[in-house]
Amino acid sequence: MSLTELSAAELLQRLRSGEVSATDAAKACLDRIEQVNDRVNAIVRVDRAKVLEDAGKVDQKRAAGQPVGALAGLPVVVKDLLCTQGEPTTCGSRMLRDFSPPYDATAVAKLRSADGVILGKANLDEFAMGGSTESSIFGPTRNPWDTSRVAGGSSGGSAAAVAASLAPLAIGTDTGGSIRQPAGLCGITGLKPTYGRISRYGLIAFASSLDQIGPMAHSAEDCALLLEVLAGHDPRDATSVDRPVPQYRESLITPLKGLKLGVVKDHFGAGLDEEVAAAVERAIDVYRSLGAEIRDVALPHGRYGVATYYVIAPCEASSNLARYEGVHYGYRTDEGQLLAELDAERKQLLAAGDKRAAENLDTALVRMYRKSRSEGFGPEVKRRIMLGTYALSAGYYDAYYVKALKVRRLIRQDFDRAFEQVDLIVGPVTPSTAFKIGEKTNDPLAMYREDLYTVTANLAGIAGIAFPCGQSKAGLPIGVQLQSPPFQEETLLRAAHQFQMATDWHKRRPALEK
Amino acid sequence: MSPYTVIIGLEVHVQLATESKLFCGCSTAFGAAPNTQICPVCLGMPGALPVMNRKAFELSLRTAAAINCQIARFTKWDRKQYYYPDLPKGYQISQYDLPFSHDGWLEISDPKGKFEPKRVGIIRAHLEEDAGKSMHDERAGLADSQIDLNRTGTPLLEIVSQPDMRSPAEAKAFLSELKLLLTYLGVSDCNMQEGSLRVDGNINLHIDTPGGKVATPIVEIKNMNSFRAVERALAYEAERLYEVWQETGQKLGDVPKQTRGWDDAANVTRGQRHKEESSDYRYFPDPDLVPVTVTDAVVEQVLASLGEMPVALRTRLETEFGLSAYDSDVLVNQGRALVDYFLHVATATGDGKLASNWLQQDVLRMLNERNWDIAAFPVTAPALAVLLKKVQAGELITSRAREVLQAMIDTGRSADEVMREKGIEQVDETELVALCQELVAANPKVAEDFKAGKMQAIGSLVGQAKKKNPNVNPGRVRELLIEALGKL
Amino acid sequence: MSLTRQDVEKVALLARLRLSTNELDALTEQLSKVVGYVEQLGELDTEGVAPMAHAVEVTNVFRDDAVQPSLPREQALASAPHHDDACFLVPAVLGD
Ligand SMILES: [Zn+2]
Repeated sequence: MSLTELSAAELLQRLRSGEVSATDAAKACLDRIEQVNDRVNAIVRVDRAKVLEDAGKVDQKRAAGQPVGALAGLPVVVKDLLCTQGEPTTCGSRMLRDFSPPYDATAVAKLRSADGVILGKANLDEFAMGGSTESSIFGPTRNPWDTSRVAGGSSGGSAAAVAASLAPLAIGTDTGGSIRQPAGLCGITGLKPTYGRISRYGLIAFASSLDQIGPMAHSAEDCALLLEVLAGHDPRDATSVDRPVPQYRESLITPLKGLKLGVVKDHFGAGLDEEVAAAVERAIDVYRSLGAEIRDVALPHGRYGVATYYVIAPCEASSNLARYEGVHYGYRTDEGQLLAELDAERKQLLAAGDKRAAENLDTALVRMYRKSRSEGFGPEVKRRIMLGTYALSAGYYDAYYVKALKVRRLIRQDFDRAFEQVDLIVGPVTPSTAFKIGEKTNDPLAMYREDLYTVTANLAGIAGIAFPCGQSKAGLPIGVQLQSPPFQEETLLRAAHQFQMATDWHKRRPALEK
Repeated sequence: MSPYTVIIGLEVHVQLATESKLFCGCSTAFGAAPNTQICPVCLGMPGALPVMNRKAFELSLRTAAAINCQIARFTKWDRKQYYYPDLPKGYQISQYDLPFSHDGWLEISDPKGKFEPKRVGIIRAHLEEDAGKSMHDERAGLADSQIDLNRTGTPLLEIVSQPDMRSPAEAKAFLSELKLLLTYLGVSDCNMQEGSLRVDGNINLHIDTPGGKVATPIVEIKNMNSFRAVERALAYEAERLYEVWQETGQKLGDVPKQTRGWDDAANVTRGQRHKEESSDYRYFPDPDLVPVTVTDAVVEQVLASLGEMPVALRTRLETEFGLSAYDSDVLVNQGRALVDYFLHVATATGDGKLASNWLQQDVLRMLNERNWDIAAFPVTAPALAVLLKKVQAGELITSRAREVLQAMIDTGRSADEVMREKGIEQVDETELVALCQELVAANPKVAEDFKAGKMQAIGSLVGQAKKKNPNVNPGRVRELLIEALGKL
Repeated sequence: MSLTRQDVEKVALLARLRLSTNELDALTEQLSKVVGYVEQLGELDTEGVAPMAHAVEVTNVFRDDAVQPSLPREQALASAPHHDDACFLVPAVLGD
């Protein structure tokens, strides 16, 4: 069995025993990337020499008998939305194509200090805006189970990297489902922790009140391993919560007997693919057989989740992305061309006798902003900036933004009430299996509706996990989602782990070999 | 009688005296080389996050409490969005609908009686971050502008007054009193040259017409870089507004609010160009910063820690030490350190007026001459008190005491040391009697004049006595001379 | 509610975007659709509901007033598209 087929926990064991060196592990992953990344386009940047150097350092540490971190020698892929010091961090955008931040994101710094080996940066939807990883400047990521289909998004690169065995561990981010949805579509396990559990410092913001970093791996056990390293309070993030980080792996083996699992009837209504519904139902049966008690719960405002999300997220995004104007960093339009263009426009307007229009022409500075941003951002990013700018503008603020914040509270209250009755809520991750590349790029609303089952967790700030529970007839993975009250990641991971002890969906790997 | 009333409101931006910026650890020190005090946070780099400076919030609370504002129990931070190259995030973190304080007042008065004492209302005070600096060489035409972000993220307290001021003099008094208060609180150095205190004014006129009062459009004045400039700019603008009204008859609401800049050299305000795009700041709560709650206990603690504010101090100097309103104003306006100096001298000598006279005539004059701060004054309050006690005891005449003080300043020595060096000592009474008798005997012409009723004749003998011994007390000499002459 | 092309042009200026005719047409239609979808929130009675701007109920997070090292200037300017080794440069900002 190749090293790349191992789970992170298995590989870690071999690294610890000395059976495998960090360099061996890194080489195996690098080779695998060389062989198959072309077909999935999951990883956008690899610095082979640097990876081997980092892995070598871990080996030296071990050889010298020095203490090593919790991830010592494990290769990890990082979504290209997290800052890595001195290395390009692009957000999949032309805007930041040449941007290298002068600092590490806290999550990245924690990876490094745990002696994890950063293998490369993973592909994503531009600025994490999307659910298919099609809008990146690096081109679409392809689903390892069927390369004509999307890997999901926005952490599609991270999900596909794990699914294609390019790396045992990956870091993703989840704003409306961006970890769980691609995990579901690629047949891996992905956790969106409670808002505030992992520092957002150095995570390039899409929608700050919704963004959360999380682990992606083959199994819940691997996610627990990575979460232990990433979680914790950070004085540099005012929204990170100061509470102890549990040893998530320790409670994984506790049986589920007596666990109360809630099912939301609405989640199985119209719009849910039959094959997906059946697989999720079977997953619920597995839980029943593991001793869980299944109960109906209601989330009456859940159906307003997508509408609420598509107000709040674009509003915050329009503000967060205002900083990209080609002054302090990032892409700037060609200035010579810009001045010539303005000059020509002015002359044309004056020749036509339209003095007023000529006077109201953009200043060179305003035009520089507008051109830089229009050339630097792709269509989906522009769409969301426009939507958010509109919703926050005078006259619409109360009707859209404030209204959405109020519905957000109602959604949270639904969860609070439901979690008085049950420990976790179980349901689908996505309405269907992976769709074809290009299928939804021209219908934003259809794309947005994909987030139906995932956005509410972000709005409420609660935790959720997605993991494989079946396959469609076409051989595509089907995921199931569990959601928990805030800071109950232990229960989530335990429930997912227990499922994985009883099933083998998480062990299946796509056949990518040419 | 002026045909109109001037209505003035002020917006003051105060840079708070913190070591580091509002949301990051960069230094706030003035005068560093461009772009050497910036980091990922204040540079607005992708992924960087703000965390609020506790001291900035505490200083804000102190100030708001001192200007009698209500302190909100819940406050939050909002993003004010606009594009400018000195604003790297594309938004300024500020406070919109829930500022941390509101509805206060500041009392102003003029000891010279130019206007009646009054309370100027404060609409709100809120905390926000400063922007950077754009520099453009006007001569260079199409050349680029330079952006320096050192100032970006410096904590600012914005204080917005009610339009309660009725003359440029009142506006100046408001600013002087506010600056004094801020200095007493130690919340800002208030240095206008370095931009620590910035003022914008809103002005319009209420004009008496046969048809009743008419309000003119409101104009906002910017670029007023000194208190003198504020007074002059507002005075200029009041006149200009009246002229414009006479020409156009434009009333409030007829035209949009105009912004004008004060040109100090040319002594005029000039209209500032505005693009058609109206400002739409799209305020919304900053998701990166959490709200702040303030308990009653914290508010009480802040109020208790304020100390004596200038208004209260002036009253105390008048009632406890018998100073005139004018004198107490002069002393209090010099700042807390000088008042403390005064309090020590006045208490030690038991004579507030004496202390006030010496401070104003001698100490302040010297401070001004040498451009000193009271802290740098070589004569401490106890040392001055020792000197003044000698004057009170008649051991030193005022003119000699001045000499002694000057020597104390120059040498840093005590009054006793100086007097010893200069050979200043009280003359023995018997010695004095002998001297007077000697003078009377040697000047029969004076004795004759005295007997003829010419009292002024004694003056020449007093002068001779001082020549013979500079330490004599002329008053006592006069008394002894009269006694000796009377015995003839 | 649907947006007009003029609305979209106005928003584009506010957002500092410059859109081609094609983009303007497409966005007018797409934004109208999304805004129409979002308007279903109007069905809900939210009278008396407190807006929820944050996902965590944390308050009063502060840092101490301590100076930390800033970036070396070369590093601060390194990513700037245009600088003169001391300042960021932009096309002339006229007036104030
Ligand atoms: Zn800074």
